[in-house]
Amino acid sequence: MKADFKVVDRIIESYGCKKNSLIQILQDVQEKYNYLPRKFVERVARKLGVSLSKAYAVATFYKAFSLNPRGENLIRVCMGTACHIKGAPEVVEEFSKILKIKPGETTEDLKYSLETVNCVGACAMAPVVVVNNEYYGNMTPGKVRDILKKKETRKG
Amino acid sequence: MKQILVCGGPGCLAKGSREVFEAFKRKIEQNKLHVELQLKETGCQGLCQKGPLVTVKPGNLLYTEVKSEDVGEILDKIIKSDSNYDRALKKDEISFYKYQTKIALRNVGEIDPENISDYIERGGYEALKKTLHEMTPEEVIDTVEKSGLRGRGGGGFPTGKKWRYCRNADGPVRYVICNGDEGDPGAFMDRSIMEGDPHSVIEGMVIGAYAVGSRQGYIYVREEYPFAVKRLKKAIEDSRKMGFLGKNIAGSGFDFDIEINRGGGAFVCGESTALMRSIEGNVGEPRAKYIHSVERGLWDMPTVLNNVETWANIPPIINKGWEWYLSFGTKTSPGTKAFSLVGKVKNTGLIEVPMGTTLRDIIFKIGGGMIEGRSFKAVQTGGPSGGCLPAEKLDLQVDFDQLTKEGSMMGSGGMIVMDDRTCMVDVARYFVNFLLDESCGKCVPCREGLKRMSEIMGRITHGLGSEKDLEVLEEICWTMKEASLCALGKSAPNPVLSTIKFFREEYLKHINEKTCPSGVCKHLTTYYIDENICKGCHVCVKVCPTGAISGEIKQPHFIEEDKCIKCGSCFDACKFNAVQIRGMKIDD
Ligand SMILES: Cc1cc2nc3c(=O)[nH]c(=O)nc-3n(C[C@H](O)[C@H](O)[C@H](O)COP(=O)(O)O)c2cc1C
Ligand code: SF4
Ligand code: FES
Repeated sequence: MKADFKVVDRIIESYGCKKNSLIQILQDVQEKYNYLPRKFVERVARKLGVSLSKAYAVATFYKAFSLNPRGENLIRVCMGTACHIKGAPEVVEEFSKILKIKPGETTEDLKYSLETVNCVGACAMAPVVVVNNEYYGNMTPGKVRDILKKKETRKG
Repeated sequence: MKQILVCGGPGCLAKGSREVFEAFKRKIEQNKLHVELQLKETGCQGLCQKGPLVTVKPGNLLYTEVKSEDVGEILDKIIKSDSNYDRALKKDEISFYKYQTKIALRNVGEIDPENISDYIERGGYEALKKTLHEMTPEEVIDTVEKSGLRGRGGGGFPTGKKWRYCRNADGPVRYVICNGDEGDPGAFMDRSIMEGDPHSVIEGMVIGAYAVGSRQGYIYVREEYPFAVKRLKKAIEDSRKMGFLGKNIAGSGFDFDIEINRGGGAFVCGESTALMRSIEGNVGEPRAKYIHSVERGLWDMPTVLNNVETWANIPPIINKGWEWYLSFGTKTSPGTKAFSLVGKVKNTGLIEVPMGTTLRDIIFKIGGGMIEGRSFKAVQTGGPSGGCLPAEKLDLQVDFDQLTKEGSMMGSGGMIVMDDRTCMVDVARYFVNFLLDESCGKCVPCREGLKRMSEIMGRITHGLGSEKDLEVLEEICWTMKEASLCALGKSAPNPVLSTIKFFREEYLKHINEKTCPSGVCKHLTTYYIDENICKGCHVCVKVCPTGAISGEIKQPHFIEEDKCIKCGSCFDACKFNAVQIRGMKIDD
């Protein structure tokens, strides 16, 4: 715990403890822990001298932040226009069906989180799915199982 | 020396171009070919659909759909300079490239973006030196103003004018900002520039900063683009080392530096005032337009904010002069525009054409027409602020004013082609829901208007709509246009109004006949098999995930309606077009 606070403090200091770096600091904390543990949001707020309400306003306004733990694998299904008209809704549905979670949720074993995003900038390959930082283009519901299988075998 | 350029753009990466690059690298090392071959990974080479792409210079030969297994053979041909090799396409002759003119994208796909010498070799940072050593700030602004350059981020505001206002505003410090938020879903031009030619943005910003008298700049990049952040960071470091950023730039006595800010995944933060609030570390809410950002922008100081592509256009304008720039494009919109051409066309990818090029030329000449067997229905431009234009408008000459006149928008340059399997009501509903999700909620017309619109669109797509709903929709639209605080709310009605205007029939089919002729709105779609056409080939039975189709081989098949989940797999699979959607054909 103490060690964790040290990590967070170091991030805060790397931005010179400036109030206007609030978003950047929270981004770095999230990158480190995969989500924003509440105690760290509070720590950041106190150290920067911004009110808790402002820190939470920022942490909840921006979609990139998650106040809940996220899974080991982050599956992001693009729901941008190009992907939408090429069948992205069916792709999300298939992920939902197999993982038994809705977009925005995490599986109980903390293995997978499913999210939808508005365009990842690979629209020419629509529909696109990004798993962690790997891009999968021309997705179909049929390919969903293949991706998940690949993740399983890589772990084992 | 021969160059092998492997595309590392987003599309090609998704298709495995990194493995192709590694394969080339291994082979070149094994055979000790360094002396005669130079291998590079570039930004987006454009024709994403046919990726992974590899270009070989000299000759500008293009290899498409390259796999790592092909690398040996291709290398062999390259070394022998075999120009008869049928896999090598002459880039300058194929229609996808032939009709393009590249200014903003001049280096994207041509250079290694992580190598500043590549940029310099192609004339990079010459404009910066010319500006700082030979021109006064007034002269720079003059040149940009006379070039007629209009902002590429959507609104099309004259860039020179913006700079002049900022220069003339009172304030102890001034800021310049690059808007790399690219929120328009279905667009990736800005991403391609930031990743494929980051120095062009930096050089443009230094020139702009000198013109308005700023010493600090910011690049705001959307959070979905971690790669762009990495490239920009490297580029900033390198240009600092070379003396193009930082103190006493190029020995001129002018100081300027750039910081990068990552966005937080909020569409509204692409709006200029919201973006500034976000850089300040706040929630990104827009503010009223009567306070001008050029006078009171970031931290209430005079600020110039321009889009990525706008900045990338600056160096060539300075180098070649405003007269040169005016020779491209139309009278009111000079120059070129980058588009991401996506959707149901054959050649999806990144393109740049002179303003005034017709939609038809873009979609059918460059884009190669519709994907096989499908017919053109509409093209969407301008993202959630834009509209859908039907086939009758294909001869429209694309520029800021022509698109606005038809109720659409230039936007940032997403161009999404739709076919007869795209439901226009669903598209309008998609944008309404997108904006409902992204509205910051600060003002009532936008927050409540979108909510009501979403409910109505939901009703219509579920077969519960009435004609009265269309009237109400239009009324909400006009109210939002009048009364919303920022352009998100003001332009939100465009997708709805333009589809009602051009595709009213389709709305009426949903409302009166309770059918979705494109087979998208599931509640209103019925698939059936035309027994006169069906050959009984059984393909549909194999693809149906729920076993809803049955029939003997060589006998007409049929679909059990209560088992059908309307996924459309059979429709796509049938080679004889025997699977049909009720309402799609006129005579149904
Ligand atoms: C809701 C909304 C989203 C916007 N998103 C972007 C964006 O992603 N990128 C962009 O360059 N401009 C965006 N704009 C336009 C900017 O507000 C601004 O006009 C533009 O960046 C100015 O640069 P320019 O003059 O070079 O076009 C958006 C505007 C609105 C209202
Ligand atoms: S129009 Fe919408 S996005 Fe803009 S300020 Fe109002 S609520 Fe926010
Ligand atoms: S719309 Fe999906 S990647 Fe752009």
